[in-house]
Amino acid sequence: MFDEMRDSHGGVRAPYQRIEAWLQSAGVGALAGRHAEAEALFRRIGITFAVYAEDGGDPERLIPFDLIPRVFSAAEWRTLQRGIRQRAQALNAFLYDVYHRGEILKAGVVPEHLVYRNEAYLPEMAGFDPPGRVYSHIVGVDIVRTGPHDFQVLEDNCRTPSGVSYMLENREIMMRMFPELFRAGAVEAVDAYPRQLKQTLVEAAPAKCAGDPTVVVLTPGPLNSAYFEHSYLADLMGVELVEAADLFVDEGLCWMRTTRGPQRVDVIYRRIDDAFIDPLAFRPDSLLGVPGLFSVYRGGGVALCSAPGAGVADDKGVYVFVPDMIRFYLGEAPILKNVDTYRCADPDALSYVLANLKDLVVKEAHGSGGYGMLIGPHASKKELETFRKKIEARPEDYIAQPTLDLSTAPVLGENAVENRHVDFRPYCLVGREIRLTPGGLTRVALRKGSLVVNSSQGGGVKDTWIMAE
Amino acid sequence: MLSRTAENLFWMGRYIERADATARLIEMGRGMAMLPGSNESEEWRSVARATAAPESLTGEGAAAEDVIRHLLLDADNPSSIRSCLVQARANGRAIRTALTQDMWETLNDGWRTLEQATPARLKDDLPRYLDWTRQRAAAFRGAAETSLLRNDGYAFLRLGEYVERADMTLRLLDVKYYVLLPETDVVGGGRDYHQWTSVLRATSALRTYHHVHRDNYTPWGIAEFLVLNRMFPRSVMFSYLGLERYLEDLAAVYGVRRACQNTAAGMVKRLMGFDTGGLFQFGLHEFIVEAVGCTHRLSREIAAAYDF
Repeated sequence: MFDEMRDSHGGVRAPYQRIEAWLQSAGVGALAGRHAEAEALFRRIGITFAVYAEDGGDPERLIPFDLIPRVFSAAEWRTLQRGIRQRAQALNAFLYDVYHRGEILKAGVVPEHLVYRNEAYLPEMAGFDPPGRVYSHIVGVDIVRTGPHDFQVLEDNCRTPSGVSYMLENREIMMRMFPELFRAGAVEAVDAYPRQLKQTLVEAAPAKCAGDPTVVVLTPGPLNSAYFEHSYLADLMGVELVEAADLFVDEGLCWMRTTRGPQRVDVIYRRIDDAFIDPLAFRPDSLLGVPGLFSVYRGGGVALCSAPGAGVADDKGVYVFVPDMIRFYLGEAPILKNVDTYRCADPDALSYVLANLKDLVVKEAHGSGGYGMLIGPHASKKELETFRKKIEARPEDYIAQPTLDLSTAPVLGENAVENRHVDFRPYCLVGREIRLTPGGLTRVALRKGSLVVNSSQGGGVKDTWIMAE
Repeated sequence: MLSRTAENLFWMGRYIERADATARLIEMGRGMAMLPGSNESEEWRSVARATAAPESLTGEGAAAEDVIRHLLLDADNPSSIRSCLVQARANGRAIRTALTQDMWETLNDGWRTLEQATPARLKDDLPRYLDWTRQRAAAFRGAAETSLLRNDGYAFLRLGEYVERADMTLRLLDVKYYVLLPETDVVGGGRDYHQWTSVLRATSALRTYHHVHRDNYTPWGIAEFLVLNRMFPRSVMFSYLGLERYLEDLAAVYGVRRACQNTAAGMVKRLMGFDTGGLFQFGLHEFIVEAVGCTHRLSREIAAAYDF
């Protein structure tokens, strides 16, 4: 098993020298004592992540924060960032293609039905050119590591990946509590992200926009689990945080209700699902959304980021073909590998999956957030049987992957440093150019031995360092 | 600014002010109930009346504990201190970007304190909770004062505070006006003295009054002080001067005057028109009824003018 901090002989790997010195001088016990201080800072600032628990749960629970940063060397990041950019580019090329000529489908590289019969595919988007031909403006790529040079992509998030506020706040809190760690610019800064996000959104301005585009963040409201992030990003970008009821369309343009009367809106960074954008276009039964917004979008009166229908690129069934997309559109070899994935829709794969269920991780092809997933080695006989029946009933809804030996990183236990599994989500911005903040969100499975890092399933977060060259 | 943001700021101002004023009212009830010869339940009933509590609490047989619980803790009472603070925070959360970090922290710090209150220990813990409430309100106002941009958002916040403050002072007077009528003066004696001063106590003006008047407390002096004094921050006059000022600020920023500006200016003019004794010649009660109506209308006119 690969550990991020220590090599197989117990020596400290180069990027973690600074962490080791810090742990030695500060002392684990003393650091553990400062954990409460970090929690208090989070509480005061108001960062919470609502978790949809069946028993109701605490609507404003804090994501556990671990004080020991996760570190990448400059060289590791060089490779990673090339791979991430490459992927973000290919995914956008794929989206443009499937909403236009569908070359990759005609060439037989990606099966047609995976796209056209996908719930996330919106026929309403066919033939439409979003500004700059960008569909997914913020691509979150979930990456796991299994060895010193083995990085694999677990999944892509092309709609509205969340968690970037933690990247910013974790750093902020670490810098407040341990300023000495950041002396001499040893760690790459992450604070350019909001500026770059704003720039990316400005670049998405639609044809009818005259002058400086007015950007807004569209949130479902304070009850949404990521609401803090929505307001935080709006604040950092200096733009309005709006709810659907604040917006209306008139004369082919989008407006917000203000105390001075209606004000024009040009770019909407929407943190709501496709289905709730516009009840006229997508969900007539929905009270959410802005009636008529989609037709204004199609008419070039307003930009939506990400574009409706972008989700077809991050479907777990489509995921399997991302390396092929990279070859097809960019003519390059994929820099980041995929995790081996069995699509249960394929009969051969299905029989393999059913025969090896106890060794595999099974996920819903269209789900997210770690819900409805089976981890074979940790499942009871009964859970295995339940899942077997589910898969047999609807094989096309499931994919399976080998249980990965995820890397571990040090976390602060009560009295000692312990090791827990981690993953990594960088946030890649796609505008006229591709921008990537050196950093990201490291999620950590805080339960010993657990492989599930989702915050909804008891995962925590860490500050993530990219060491400066 | 989004109309929804303006609305949230306005109501945030109202909720904080209401929590603060309610704490002062309960404090008054406590003080009165402890006086020798007082009718404890009658005192609490008058407190309940000033907050427009349901009949079960304003009628005969309402227990002090019930009134206190209703005003302090009752989650079903939208005007209880707990509801006000929870609602102010919810408003703040809904418009996080319109607040400063300092303001948010005062709303967020210990906002669940009152959830931990147990009815059994309520009477013992009451002073602590009342102090805490007043400190929350003071910290919030202080944070706004020292950190918030003086733009239209600031005006909406202050307008909410002043509408609520004018309303609370008027409602207190409405409940207590009978003890302030000049003829009760002849009754004299310690008990009446405490009745008059209780009105000052509820507005935390006991000493302030003395600084201004120097002579003894008189019922009409107290009534005029709470309605007409231009320097006392909880008087009706002061509240309306604030309303007029911030509404004029908005009119200047937006370049439009509306009904609300005229209503506020009209009331200021009316208040200025009273000379000493004028309030009683007109009729204290009649004036209170008129001013309460005017304040409610003003609140509606502000909402209509700025589309919320």
